[in-house]
Amino acid sequence: MSQATAQNIPLSFYEEKSAYPGIFAWIFSTDHKRIGLLYMFTILSFFLFGMSMGFLIRLEKMFPGGQFFQPATYNALFTIHGVVMIFLFVIPGIPAVFGNFILPIQLGAEDVAFPRLNLLSWWLLVIGALVIFLSLFTGSKLPDTGWTFYAPYNTITTANIPMAVFGAFLVGFSSILTGLNFITTVHRLRAKGMTFFRMPLFAWSIYATAWIQILATPVVGITLLLVIAERFLGVGVFNPSKSGDPLMYQHLFWIYSHPAVYIMVLPAMGIVSDIIPTFCKKPIFGYKAIAFSSMSIAFIGYLVWGHHMFTSGMADLARVVFSFLTFFVAVPTAIKIFNWTATLYKGSIELRAPMLFALSFIFLFSIGGLTGVMLGTLNLDLHLHDTSFVVAHFHYTIFGGFGFALFGGIHYWFPKMFGKMYNETRAKWAWLLLFIGFNMTYFPLFLAGLEGMPRRYYDYLPKFAPYHFWSTIGSWIMISGILFMFGNLLHGLLRGEKADDNPWGGSTLEWQVPSPPPLVNFTTPPVVNKDPYDFSDILKKRNSSPTPQDQEDKGGQ
Amino acid sequence: MEHHDNQQHLISYGTYITVWLSLLILTGLTVAVAGVHLGKYNVFIALLVAAFKSSLVLLYFMHLRYENRLFHAMFLVVLFTITVIVALTYVDTLAR
Repeated sequence: MSQATAQNIPLSFYEEKSAYPGIFAWIFSTDHKRIGLLYMFTILSFFLFGMSMGFLIRLEKMFPGGQFFQPATYNALFTIHGVVMIFLFVIPGIPAVFGNFILPIQLGAEDVAFPRLNLLSWWLLVIGALVIFLSLFTGSKLPDTGWTFYAPYNTITTANIPMAVFGAFLVGFSSILTGLNFITTVHRLRAKGMTFFRMPLFAWSIYATAWIQILATPVVGITLLLVIAERFLGVGVFNPSKSGDPLMYQHLFWIYSHPAVYIMVLPAMGIVSDIIPTFCKKPIFGYKAIAFSSMSIAFIGYLVWGHHMFTSGMADLARVVFSFLTFFVAVPTAIKIFNWTATLYKGSIELRAPMLFALSFIFLFSIGGLTGVMLGTLNLDLHLHDTSFVVAHFHYTIFGGFGFALFGGIHYWFPKMFGKMYNETRAKWAWLLLFIGFNMTYFPLFLAGLEGMPRRYYDYLPKFAPYHFWSTIGSWIMISGILFMFGNLLHGLLRGEKADDNPWGGSTLEWQVPSPPPLVNFTTPPVVNKDPYDFSDILKKRNSSPTPQDQEDKGGQ
Repeated sequence: MEHHDNQQHLISYGTYITVWLSLLILTGLTVAVAGVHLGKYNVFIALLVAAFKSSLVLLYFMHLRYENRLFHAMFLVVLFTITVIVALTYVDTLAR
């Protein structure tokens, strides 16, 4: 442990005095670390809410026929589950939490480029979320459109759709401002010597994501405003009875929402690219290839949205073109997966909790990605579209990808953020429960989908019963894992031992500042003169004097 | 370098008024073309005029013309992405 004398240790950002008392010191703070933590607690609360909806959906489908809810309530449950999970949890997700907390420190900066704008982004998310929740109780029924708000149903249902989409619009604004902040931060606030190719790959991924946030989000913003204009002003945009084009809604929606998939997954890949070298103690294989693949995923992500619309009546030419283009996304993604695997080769692998999450990310995201290639194949999609195969596919990419990376990131940066350590044995058990439960919940849905089980159906034929039964049992195991994991983290937060400044032997800049960091991050501005994943100094130091953490681990295992 | 970046470039009123008049004329052109039946070309002309107008606003009113090359590059990336998106949308709507 780094037990420096009291006068050597600068005050951590928790201990700095604020102009505001109590909770106001947080919700009016412009410090990127406080805002990152605000985001973390906000989106994890939304996650727990969305997870409860998911639990109820699975409970309802455990056996054929109605169990606990009316069909209309079931429709509302999956709509709310989707809207909350996508707009309030996954989209703000990693950029909002770790982009805020970690990115400026990784770049050697004091804060993001526009701290006040950063605080406004959080407020916009919270206000947007409140508007979305308010919409649930202010219509003549609960929203039942699914998270995609497809036209023309969105213009005729009596649920309070305009309010829900306005909430989503506000949340989108938060996303745009966050992206703007990060692009400027990366361009303007890098420390001396921190060239673009010395940035950690997490910073590269946040940079690529920020471009998508800025360029794609306005499209859905305008689309959602057009929905509102159609409802209130009677303008015929999407509703065919007013000579609108419902397919145009799908185009506009997916022009945003497909790149948005990469808003979710690119930062997740960034976290994995940081975790793997740290726990292999060797430089990442193909640094530039991974950095450029992030940028190319961000670009190719704009060219493939039509694969969500293969069965919607789009022109044949467009279907062929979009199917062809979709395969290109697999290339940069595969580059990353091969490079991570190559990094493991002959590495000194430590299977610590964050590493387990990162490795399971590679496994689960590969399944999600490869089934995505299946769905991008035009002829196969005609059979699989709108089946539970699609549900399984996107849960493997978004939960198996984004979710596992987020949890991995929380375990990886927890000691840095809170200066405390969680119980690692319990963290590993929680991971195991989560991993088993996850596969048990979603893998059966692939099989059911292949046999024709439609998605979003309240009831189903008896032949699908075993799949749904085991999926529901799996969801209980998964939820137990998640609750156990959060319990362990909370326990670490309240009662955990003090963490080292660099407990994992990480090489990037955030591991060179105290845990938790001081308000300005660096007491003297850092000068960078080596590659981000150069472990030579750390290994030299470790070999000469094993840290107490190492000795503890050897004793405990 | 930084000092140079922070310098304000003064644009004469004459330039502003010329740009403003051009915008008005281009708006008139959009309205006029909308009344002529040119089939699918109507949309292309409207989009071209709109792109030209927004470029004028960005270049002169928002001073992009006098900014660092990095911002020019960023603007071109955005323009290119939007062009690709619109073109791909028309692969559907024109072939439907």
